[in-house]
Amino acid sequence: MQDFASQFSQAGHLILTGDPDLWAIVMLSLQVSVLAVLISAVIGMPVGAALAVARFPGRRALIILMNALMGFPPVVVGLLVYLMLSRSGPLGVLELLYTPTAMIIAQTVLVTPIVAALTRQVIEMLAEEYSEQLRSLGVSRLASVPVLLWDARLALVTALLAGFGRAIAEVGAVIIVGGNINHVTRVMTTTIALETSKGNLALALALGTILIGIAVAVNAAVSALTLRTEQEGLRHA
Amino acid sequence: MFRAAIKSAMILCGLLAGPAAAEEPFIVVQSTTSTQNSGLLDFILPGFEAESGIDVRVVAVGTGQAIRNAINGDGDVLLVHAKPAEEQFVADGWGVERRDVMYNDFVLVGPKSDPAKIKGGDDAVAALAAIAQAKAPFASRADDSGTHKAEKALWSLSGTDPTLSSGEWYRETGSGMGATLNLAAGMDAYALTDRATWLSFGNKGNLEVLVEGDPRLFNQYGVILVNPEKHPRVRAAAGRRFIDWLTGHDGQEAIAAYKLNGEQLFFPNAQQ
Repeated sequence: MQDFASQFSQAGHLILTGDPDLWAIVMLSLQVSVLAVLISAVIGMPVGAALAVARFPGRRALIILMNALMGFPPVVVGLLVYLMLSRSGPLGVLELLYTPTAMIIAQTVLVTPIVAALTRQVIEMLAEEYSEQLRSLGVSRLASVPVLLWDARLALVTALLAGFGRAIAEVGAVIIVGGNINHVTRVMTTTIALETSKGNLALALALGTILIGIAVAVNAAVSALTLRTEQEGLRHA
Repeated sequence: MFRAAIKSAMILCGLLAGPAAAEEPFIVVQSTTSTQNSGLLDFILPGFEAESGIDVRVVAVGTGQAIRNAINGDGDVLLVHAKPAEEQFVADGWGVERRDVMYNDFVLVGPKSDPAKIKGGDDAVAALAAIAQAKAPFASRADDSGTHKAEKALWSLSGTDPTLSSGEWYRETGSGMGATLNLAAGMDAYALTDRATWLSFGNKGNLEVLVEGDPRLFNQYGVILVNPEKHPRVRAAAGRRFIDWLTGHDGQEAIAAYKLNGEQLFFPNAQQ
């Protein structure tokens, strides 16, 4: 077996010395996934909330479909986005394939169902709780969506974090639409896949621990932010 | 709350500004994992990039996938190793002209215990027949890559159809060279690999080279410009410049200069 210790210390060295290549990879991972989550929030939250309060035929089927899409295989999403963005595809003229934008699109497709489905669940519970109040105020179901979203904002942060977790950990889609091009579209997960294929298992594992570290840091930061918001909210009340 | 919001907005703007970095001229090269994983491209490309100001973006996949991506127009230059498939690509009009770039060879690797007793031989076809006879585990790429095409050609010469034993001793990984070698190392299986990937591979485990030197293990790399008449967005001028460099004096010298642990991995053989 190879020397795991030396490869681990090599990875540690790269982090501690602020290796510019590694940092660029980490920053690109964050850029792509954070932007994908934000776009997913803009699309998924209103859709999820509307599904929670609106009543129409086929609603149940739509909810089942949305829940199922949470488990959409990233490779399939990658293929679909590739076929759209390829020079032979309908959106080929945009020249987006093998760019970070293509990766953001793929991750947005992956994350939006998660955000929408979790939002639907949160808002549905909240809408039930508030139903009499809202009715007495004469607010229509759809008009109550913004109010409910605002009121549920802290719970919705969890939905966004779930989406972020999916995005930052995903490799199947970004490697197809990004191409894992050095200095252009190489992110943490595709680097790990590359090092594994080179047989540098310990280095790959060490990079994996950085990825976990990033996930923990992002979650901690968001949690600190929500906690502070919560406290301020209590003070104002 | 308000201050926190501003702070997050500022961080966000920083994130947004990132991907929109200044655009320099670039080409996309569809290539194989062996050229990238061996470190060759990382070694030679900076020379071209410095001289031409053209950024070379490499997408490293199996030869079969690289060719299909190029047929879709998702690349400007194709650098792969499966001569019949490359010639077909040009004959079908997808590529402009095929040029030889370099060669190395395939080797048959396997566990030190060598249950099929093939060690030291230089007849790859006889070795495969012995592996099939012994029903010893063999890990195949099975991904239509250049290495897989070469492996299939050797099997057909041996008169054995290993896919009949798929799932038994013949293990089709459907993955890249590295993943297949990882699997072979894990289950003490034989495998066919290009020498460059083998020499730079870090998880050899119990594996070693058992059969080499058969002329049928020759591994030729070629370069092709994707046909701009088929895909008008192909960056033809920059792509041509790269091909001329790669097959010209400087590129060929750079390829020959690349060594790993003192061993040369690729041998330039472009027609001057």
